[in-house]
Amino acid sequence: MPGENTLLEIHDLHVGIDGNEILKGIDLKMGPGEIHAIMGRNGSGKTTTANVIMGHPDFDVEKGDVILEGESLLELEAWERARKGVFLSFQYPQAVPGLQVGNFLRKSVASIRGEDEAKGSVFRKELTSAMESLEIPRSFMSRYVNDGFSGGEKKRFEILQLMLLKPRLAVLDETDSGLDIDGIRTVSEGVNASIRGTDSAALIITHYSRILEHVQPDMVHVLLDGRIVASGGPELATKLEERGYEWLKEE
Amino acid sequence: MAKRGVIKVSGDSEAREAVGEYKAGWHDPENSTIRFDFGLSEEVVRQISELKEEPEWMTDIRVKAFKHFSERPMPTWGNTSMLEEIDFENICYYLKSSDSTERDWEDVPDDIRNTFERLGIPEAEQKWLSGVTAQYESEAVYHSIREDLEKQGVIFLDMDSGLKEYPEIVKKWFCSVIPYSDNKFSALNTAVWSGGSFIYVPEGVHVEMPVQAYFRINAKNMGQFERTLIVADKGSSIHYVEGCTAPSYSTDSLHSAVVELIALPGSHIRYSTIQNWSSNVYNLVTKRGIAHEDAKIEWVDGNIGSKLTMKYPAVILKGEGSHAEVISVAYSGEGQHQDAGAKIHHLASNTTSKILSKSISKNGGRGSYRGMVTVSPKADNCKLNVVCDALILDEGSRSDTYPTMEVANPSARCEHEASVSKVSDDQLFYLMSRGHSEEESLAMIVNGFFEPFTRELPMEYAVELNQLMALEMEGSIG
Ligand SMILES: Nc1ncnc2c1ncn2[C@@H]1O[C@H](COP(=O)(O)OP(=O)(O)OP(=O)(O)O)[C@@H](O)[C@H]1O
Ligand SMILES: [Mg+2]
Repeated sequence: MPGENTLLEIHDLHVGIDGNEILKGIDLKMGPGEIHAIMGRNGSGKTTTANVIMGHPDFDVEKGDVILEGESLLELEAWERARKGVFLSFQYPQAVPGLQVGNFLRKSVASIRGEDEAKGSVFRKELTSAMESLEIPRSFMSRYVNDGFSGGEKKRFEILQLMLLKPRLAVLDETDSGLDIDGIRTVSEGVNASIRGTDSAALIITHYSRILEHVQPDMVHVLLDGRIVASGGPELATKLEERGYEWLKEE
Repeated sequence: MAKRGVIKVSGDSEAREAVGEYKAGWHDPENSTIRFDFGLSEEVVRQISELKEEPEWMTDIRVKAFKHFSERPMPTWGNTSMLEEIDFENICYYLKSSDSTERDWEDVPDDIRNTFERLGIPEAEQKWLSGVTAQYESEAVYHSIREDLEKQGVIFLDMDSGLKEYPEIVKKWFCSVIPYSDNKFSALNTAVWSGGSFIYVPEGVHVEMPVQAYFRINAKNMGQFERTLIVADKGSSIHYVEGCTAPSYSTDSLHSAVVELIALPGSHIRYSTIQNWSSNVYNLVTKRGIAHEDAKIEWVDGNIGSKLTMKYPAVILKGEGSHAEVISVAYSGEGQHQDAGAKIHHLASNTTSKILSKSISKNGGRGSYRGMVTVSPKADNCKLNVVCDALILDEGSRSDTYPTMEVANPSARCEHEASVSKVSDDQLFYLMSRGHSEEESLAMIVNGFFEPFTRELPMEYAVELNQLMALEMEGSIG
């Protein structure tokens, strides 16, 4: 469990945009093989946290640090972080008209895992089996990235990228929102397979306990107005689902 | 996939040598060219014609065209301030290469060599394109292609040889689609033209071989005032490719070509161009085709570079059931203005047309779409579709659209869509989060935007265009 060796450490993280403070001191530690969840009301700062871990240029880190395997990420650009093993499954994946899925996946694997990993029949098999497990039809290969994808298709495509890019740290921002019931199960299986028993870790941002029933997180954190106000085991998620967030405010 | 071969145009005619000025780009002009004096006069026009030993009718057309050119005022639309900067007196209208000695590869500027290299153009071809070798390796390929075409009765010559060998065909069609009086620059071209291609495809013959085999030749021979004429006889088809993604460095500041296409009933002509001019060049081109019954004409037109490009490939849908398509992309960088578009005239019933125009502007560049589609009162049940998209990469770059539709027949079905977009930070961030640098990400977005155009190109040129755009995106991040 946590502590022995740390994969990700977020330390007293303060983040603002255009002079407004959004994150007001976040602390978080994750070890290899762990899955943590972040829950919290709309606008509490969950996506901001994810964006700052990934290196979105619009946010100003005013204080604190984000450390992956002992190395601060803050000076690195998003693509450098990606090459160090950080992955973000976006809440709102962006469409890139004209950029073919197959081409994009191959290029992304090449830049993150190396040219050799993106070539040949081994990669093709990996791709085919990942697509099959996520029930993404082959015809998607020649479609354009997220262009005209349905909400659920976008989320499945994010997880396809997760499976192919094999990150050390995967941040999943509301990947379960918009997925059907089978989709949530499929995605959870994908996450479990990529994390459990490996030296990678996942941070799952969600509003619903359903996905957490499938992945059984080691820790659940509650974000409220830019601060983590409670942390606990999976039972915390169930409690939130039943009682909402109001009681936490009082505590 | 078609093999790339660069081939020497046949007919060792004097006329073809006349386009040797392409080589003069970075070559000491005293060394090997005979130049006419600067400036243009009836005398110069007559001399050009005489030097080429042309029939009298051609001399007459040239002279008439020259007179029209002299009297015709400059266009009063488009980028008039840039147009006013053209100094017609300071242009050499004809030069003739007096020898074909090879230049020194060491003299080719480094940045050009780098671009060639990074586009992945083989060294032999780089040298050839730079004019440092007289010809590129594939002469053998060329001969076999030519033999094949000849067996089918296809005529494929440079325009000067075409006039010599097939004067009656040339006479029948020359200026039939674009009269010299069409505009100031078509008049100028008609007066002083040299080089270009002449193609005749006989009835029912399909030129399967993509004529891209001639691609590099045309890139190299692309003269200042080239003239191209393609006649596709009944039921025939041809895909012609000209131009080059590699930069055409030229010291000639004015390029004014004329291209005429005649698609006889049931035939199909596709004409693909990519031009990448150096940023001192005025590229003022008139391109027009006539489509007879059930014929189809497609212009696939890519414009990169130049100072000012004005180019509106046109199709006259003269025969019932004919179809026109114009797919174009334009990329304008610093100090550049791409004024491009399309013109389609529906003169007959059941004719259909499609225009897709994509423009990207960056670093203060300016892209304009200027389009005109007309439907005549007698043309029933026409269908027209116009889509123009602009992508602006930074503040200070600009995009305008000037679409015109004149529909005089109520049965026409018209669709028009226009969009202007910017690259968003979120889109870039998404791609960067997948391990791609900012430049690479921008190139992915830009190439995606051009994809509807690129997919119409032969594979190897599509790849080159993508690489070229990736090069253009480098250093563009502030
Ligand atoms: N680019 C931005 N510009 C201005 N304000 C922003 C920006 N991004 C986020 N914010 C603000 O920061 C706060 C936190 O937003 P964030 O997207 O992190 O919330 P969230 O917890 O992910 O919410 P949700 O559950 O709705 O996805 C919100 O008040 C939001 O309006
Ligand atoms: Mg969010």
